[in-house]
Amino acid sequence: MKILTKWLRSYLPELPVSDAQLAEDLTLRGIAVEGIYALGDGNGSLYEMDLTTNRVDAMNHYGIAREAAAIYGVQISPLEVVLPKPRPSGQDFSVRIEAEGACGRFTARVLRGITIGDSRDWFPGAEVATCFDLLEQKKISNAVDATNFVWLAMGQPTHAFDLDKIEGGIVVRRARKGEKLKTLDGVERTLDPEDLVVADHAKPLGLAGVMGGWDTMITSTTTNVLVEAAWFEPMAVRRTARRHGLHTDASHRFERGADFNAGPVASALVSRILLSNGGFIEGDLVDVRVPAWEARTAHRKPVSLALSEVHRILGKTEDKDGITAATVESVLTALGCELTVAQPDATGWLVTLPSWRLDLEREIDLIEEIARVYGYNRFANTLPAFGDGLQSLPWAESESAVRGTLLAAGFHEAIASTFCSAAEAALTAPQPGLVVPLGNPLSEEAGVLRPSLIPGVLAIVAGNLHRDVSDVRLFELGTVFSGTTEKVDEHPVLAFAAVGTLAEQSALHPPRSIEFHDIKGVVEQVLSRFQTRTVYFDRFPSDAGLTPAWLHPYRAARVNADGITVGWFGQLHPTEAAARKLKDPVLLGELYLDRLYKLPLRKPSARDISRFQPVRRDFSLVLDKSAAWEAIDLALAALAIPELVEWRAREVFHDPKIGAHDYSLLLGVTFQAPDRTLREEELQSFQSQIVAAVAAAGARLRT
Amino acid sequence: MMSEAIPNLSAFDDNALDRAFAALKQQAGEEAAALTSADGLEAFKLRWLGRKQGILTEVSSRWLKGAPPEAKKAVGERFKTLKELIEQLREAAEGAGPTDAVLAAEAIDITLPGTRRLTGAEHPITRTLNEITSVFAALGYSVGVGPEVETDFYNFECMNFPPGHPARDTQDTLVIANQERRPLRDRLLLRTHTSPVQMRTMERQPPPVRIVIPGKVHRNEADDATHSSTFHQVEGLCVDTNITFSDLKGTLDHAMKALFGSSVKTRFFPSFFPFTEPSADMQISCIFCGGKGCRKCKQSGWIELLGCGMVDPAVFAFAAEKQPAYDPKKISGFAFGMGAERIAMMKYGVSDIGQFYVGDMRFLGQFA
Ligand SMILES: [Zn+2]
Repeated sequence: MKILTKWLRSYLPELPVSDAQLAEDLTLRGIAVEGIYALGDGNGSLYEMDLTTNRVDAMNHYGIAREAAAIYGVQISPLEVVLPKPRPSGQDFSVRIEAEGACGRFTARVLRGITIGDSRDWFPGAEVATCFDLLEQKKISNAVDATNFVWLAMGQPTHAFDLDKIEGGIVVRRARKGEKLKTLDGVERTLDPEDLVVADHAKPLGLAGVMGGWDTMITSTTTNVLVEAAWFEPMAVRRTARRHGLHTDASHRFERGADFNAGPVASALVSRILLSNGGFIEGDLVDVRVPAWEARTAHRKPVSLALSEVHRILGKTEDKDGITAATVESVLTALGCELTVAQPDATGWLVTLPSWRLDLEREIDLIEEIARVYGYNRFANTLPAFGDGLQSLPWAESESAVRGTLLAAGFHEAIASTFCSAAEAALTAPQPGLVVPLGNPLSEEAGVLRPSLIPGVLAIVAGNLHRDVSDVRLFELGTVFSGTTEKVDEHPVLAFAAVGTLAEQSALHPPRSIEFHDIKGVVEQVLSRFQTRTVYFDRFPSDAGLTPAWLHPYRAARVNADGITVGWFGQLHPTEAAARKLKDPVLLGELYLDRLYKLPLRKPSARDISRFQPVRRDFSLVLDKSAAWEAIDLALAALAIPELVEWRAREVFHDPKIGAHDYSLLLGVTFQAPDRTLREEELQSFQSQIVAAVAAAGARLRT
Repeated sequence: MMSEAIPNLSAFDDNALDRAFAALKQQAGEEAAALTSADGLEAFKLRWLGRKQGILTEVSSRWLKGAPPEAKKAVGERFKTLKELIEQLREAAEGAGPTDAVLAAEAIDITLPGTRRLTGAEHPITRTLNEITSVFAALGYSVGVGPEVETDFYNFECMNFPPGHPARDTQDTLVIANQERRPLRDRLLLRTHTSPVQMRTMERQPPPVRIVIPGKVHRNEADDATHSSTFHQVEGLCVDTNITFSDLKGTLDHAMKALFGSSVKTRFFPSFFPFTEPSADMQISCIFCGGKGCRKCKQSGWIELLGCGMVDPAVFAFAAEKQPAYDPKKISGFAFGMGAERIAMMKYGVSDIGQFYVGDMRFLGQFA
């Protein structure tokens, strides 16, 4: 919005400040001046302004002038103009508001003998040519420019009809289904009963509060004019404008609430400008009002305001005296309110609201006005008393344990899109069929709420690889969605992915590629942060349909903690890798954190370290390739030898010399007793038990 | 072999004995000085002190025992001196540890870069959210969260957005499919702000409330360098008896000093939000130029950072439906909301908001 200070000053003859000071003072009171441009030559400045939508009343010169008058406590000149005496008419022009729910006031004035011509500076307060030139607004004709000038002056839309094209009188009504109207933009429109129209006795003339009609517009040959200045209900205008995809100055104002009392003032100003080029008024102003709307706008019930409430909400000021009864009275009066003292000690008022401030309705609205005009930055900085106890999120500590584990393992945290394509959702959803689509997605690739973090993590991995970043280790802690369009559930999930080398940078040792067991180690470390009874990893036959489709069926593991599936991880399925043009194997997985967060975090507890020498023994075993370490592990656990304190698979060899179907495994065990040095006979006994146990599990000792 | 280590003595006069013993002393001294390793020391000890074939044994068995009786005393005295010297050399060699030559052979290139176990980097947004929430935790604020898929009621209606408000338009808000036939307040959408958690908190808990709400929000808008359709907010809510606008100012002024440094100043402008009244926009003095004016603050010296205000009584009225203690005549409160991306961009010098979501390892690695 562009505002001329020269124009503002024409309403504020006593304004005591420079344009720059005025701009700053307005801005500090929420009437934001975004830019000031000097126009030179006694023409003042041009303000580029941006007002919040609630202050539609101030989006014009007179509205800004009212704010300035309130800030500085100076007089503002009235907008009313004196019109020549009308010639009598045989019969009043007929105006009827049929749609009383949608139109509150309609004024019509008949002007005859008008000459259409160029705009000039007509009289003090109507310097149309000068103002338009300074605003770089194109001048069209005295009639069109008059309505535009009044719009810029006071923000009241008006319309001028060619009176001779109107049949009978005016009716404000709902359109009839299928009625046709060519609007001023040249578009032929088919109307609907949802549309509000200004019509004559035969046809619609214009879309009420939105745009006039083509057939009744002013032309160079027009001599008789009907000036409309009305008040339309916001929702009715909004629906009409939206149905036709129109957004005009007029619709903008009416949608946000116009001044019920502005119509006659605006009509007079338009008329006086037109009459400055000749012609006369015929008959009195026709002013049809709907009392219900007048009561809800111009004659609202006064609002009561207590000084104690002002203090309770606003608090302390830097100035010792702060906000007094006198402050309240002067601020609100300057804004156009009328105050009557409701309590004899002058600490409460009944406040009558100005017709142009429909945003003011309640006591709190008045308190805001007091704070605003007084100046926000004149309030003190105080701190409220400290509250009760602090509550953190129940899973905050668990989440930070998970994040810390991934960070320590060298994974960067990423944040991916909340959305994915329907195809990716079908591939990755843990519960197919419970994918939730958007009604207005930003793109097809972002058509549904992500049921899994895998699509986002994969997209980020692919993005890195395609940018030649070859080592990728990342994770996301995010929300996934499942359900229907009626009810959506949200779950916290961890996903991670890695490709390339381990998180070690060395000039002395060759880098090692990340493999399945590296990410298994990360998963184990995450699980180890929680208090679990049993944790195991398993996989399913490739035809069982249980392994997620995004995982390599033979290089995937399900994670089970305390009997519940808490996630899946493994190598990306080669088909999916190929589809994404990923050559190196991507290792990735997902943990369902809501299930994990049900477990308490593991609390460390110390045990005494035995001071007796541990004894370590290695067993070189040969196993069939189908035999898994788990069998050995379980067999050793089943021995339940208290002195067998640790066992580990120390190394695995695949050597053709051992046999085509076999592999070799180096088992390392540690014996230790808390209270004594182990005797040779004991050790012998433990060792033979171990040999027997691993043999039963399918391993033989390598010779 | 050792038998050749010492010559046979042909004469036992003092001169001849002095020469013979001096030669051995010199030899022992040279050998000891050339020792470079533990193995060398062992060989030295064996060669000179070995019980069977060591040089001292040889000297004793050949020179001492082979001496004529009148020379035995002279040989014996000189033998004793030689033995003491050898012992001294041994002790010196053992006590001094490896020589510099030994150590020099073990030199490495200490200028090669250190081997690093790389740790991961917390996402800058996570980091920013945590910084903000911990500033408010120190002021007694708990942390709250809520769902990303919300109803129209929680996202708009109870936050006092009137029906037909532009924000409710599908042009601004992402909505779940197939909501058209449902009652307006039940329609599901992606929350456009974290404010719904204000209401969810008040419905659960009577006043007092002090809570900060970090979270992800979504808008239906095209991405550019400073706007993203997905972003993160931290919202705050403080409700109690006697909470005032000056408390709002003081709290935010304190928080900004904690976040950006104690020299940062704040100022407040009237603004408009449906759920607060009075509403304000808060600016901080430019953290880049200290308020003098620079490109980052468009020469104004100030940077707009957040929106805030006193909780609108209409919002309390919604809360009072479930918790009657939210009587706007008895309690009051303030709320504020800030964008984490904007703050992270300022704090870490990020020029394109899209970087936060691309997941480029090189970008993320800078925050390790
Ligand atoms: Zn600056």
